[in-house]
Amino acid sequence: MVQVKIPTPLRKYTAGAGSVEAQGATVTALVDDLERRYPGMKARLCDESGQVRRFVNIFVNGEDIRFLKHLETPLKAGDELSIVPAIAGGH
Amino acid sequence: MSYVKGLRCRECGGETPVAPLHVCEICFGPLEVVYDYAAIRRVLTHEAIAARPRNLWRYRELLPLDGEPRVGFHSGFTPLVRADRLAAALGVDELWVKDDSVNHPTFSYKDRVVSVAISKAMEFGFDTVSCASTGNLANSVSAHAARAGLACYIFIPDDLEQGKVIGSTIYGPRTIAIRGNYDDVNRLCSEVADKYGWAFVNINMRPYYTEGAKTYGFEVAEQLGWRLPRHIVVPTAGGTILPKVAKAFRELRDLGLAQGDFKIYSAQAGGCAPVVQALHKGTDLITPVKPATIAKSIAIGNPADGFYVLKAVRESGGWGEAVTDEEIVSAIRLLARTEGIFTEPAGGTTVAVTKKLIDQGRIPRNEPIVVSVTGNGYKTLEAVLDTVEQPFRIAARLTDFDELYARLAGGREANAV
Repeated sequence: MVQVKIPTPLRKYTAGAGSVEAQGATVTALVDDLERRYPGMKARLCDESGQVRRFVNIFVNGEDIRFLKHLETPLKAGDELSIVPAIAGGH
Repeated sequence: MSYVKGLRCRECGGETPVAPLHVCEICFGPLEVVYDYAAIRRVLTHEAIAARPRNLWRYRELLPLDGEPRVGFHSGFTPLVRADRLAAALGVDELWVKDDSVNHPTFSYKDRVVSVAISKAMEFGFDTVSCASTGNLANSVSAHAARAGLACYIFIPDDLEQGKVIGSTIYGPRTIAIRGNYDDVNRLCSEVADKYGWAFVNINMRPYYTEGAKTYGFEVAEQLGWRLPRHIVVPTAGGTILPKVAKAFRELRDLGLAQGDFKIYSAQAGGCAPVVQALHKGTDLITPVKPATIAKSIAIGNPADGFYVLKAVRESGGWGEAVTDEEIVSAIRLLARTEGIFTEPAGGTTVAVTKKLIDQGRIPRNEPIVVSVTGNGYKTLEAVLDTVEQPFRIAARLTDFDELYARLAGGREANAV
């Protein structure tokens, strides 16, 4: 199982849970599994063409999936996936 | 009285009432303040503005407060400097520097956005303010929180230069150093904001915070005699200020307060130029990068509002460029030696990009140009340490000085200090 960190705007789908478990060999498969467990979640993360929405960041073990293999980034048991809305610059 | 109607998602257009919220509940798009421009048009005149104190609140109808401002009474209204010697060096007719390196109280443009964010946080009833930052933002939040008597938590990466840390800690915030990089800090902060219910200026105060950046544009227009600058070059990090300066110009024009067309240009460091790369490629898709530049205050590899920078630049007919660290340092020196203004690498980036755009013919030499300087060089001495001349060391004897002077004058080095 993969640990998934859920940001506040999505917790209405997870009965308020900030962290849930899901499975999938890739980020795409995991998002589909999240949708099965928490219907409505996928449309919030991905647009109509299936791409991650512009203002959603997904991190696997702390690394942005755009530096990995995007939605095809492989996952294994024990990985941590974080869903984070884009944050304005604060340097 | 308030002229704010509510918040609207910049992506899907969904509307929501004013609240400490920063992302659209539907699509995660950023929320933006919606104003009642018809009502503002009736009250906001050149005369009304001219009668007010010279700070950023002189444009208060176009800022998102319901009541009176609480902080920032000396922030904003920084000099717009006619830069004739820099103009001559760059080979152009009319050049201006909008100089936020002397913004009050912490010497960067952040004092604008933080004045608005903290005033709004107090209006919402928060007693604790916070931010994730590596420098200018933390400095400004710490100072304004001290002045307002609010509790303050600053989250920083644990490998920062001492100067940047002390520039915040002197004001007495709780400072938490996170083992990790800036992205790690930001991720943690989005979770802390959720759990602790504080006002994070760049998270749940973001729709209000970013509106403060418009005052930079309002001032440029007012200081040019209510004329919009034909060309303005603005640095891009997370993408807050550039779209808001463009918005400020559009608002003034729509309200009949300023005339003219403007083109806006984005400046980035070559070691962190995701927005300029997308601009050059002609795509809307911004590919994040791992920053590698001395311009740390603008080294954001994953700019939240980068898309809106692209949009504002393209709508105005402007462009963008990136420059090397060497060009940045040499531009910091050029600005210092022609205009007596010492900026941080972000400002060096803007000056260097302006030069590049002029040399490319993108900005014509015979039209007015405004260069945006958003931060102060005294905070980032490390950036120029290796390139400035060392003092000449002599004994306290006139003959020693005579000898040195003869050498300097003879060697035509009289300007080397």
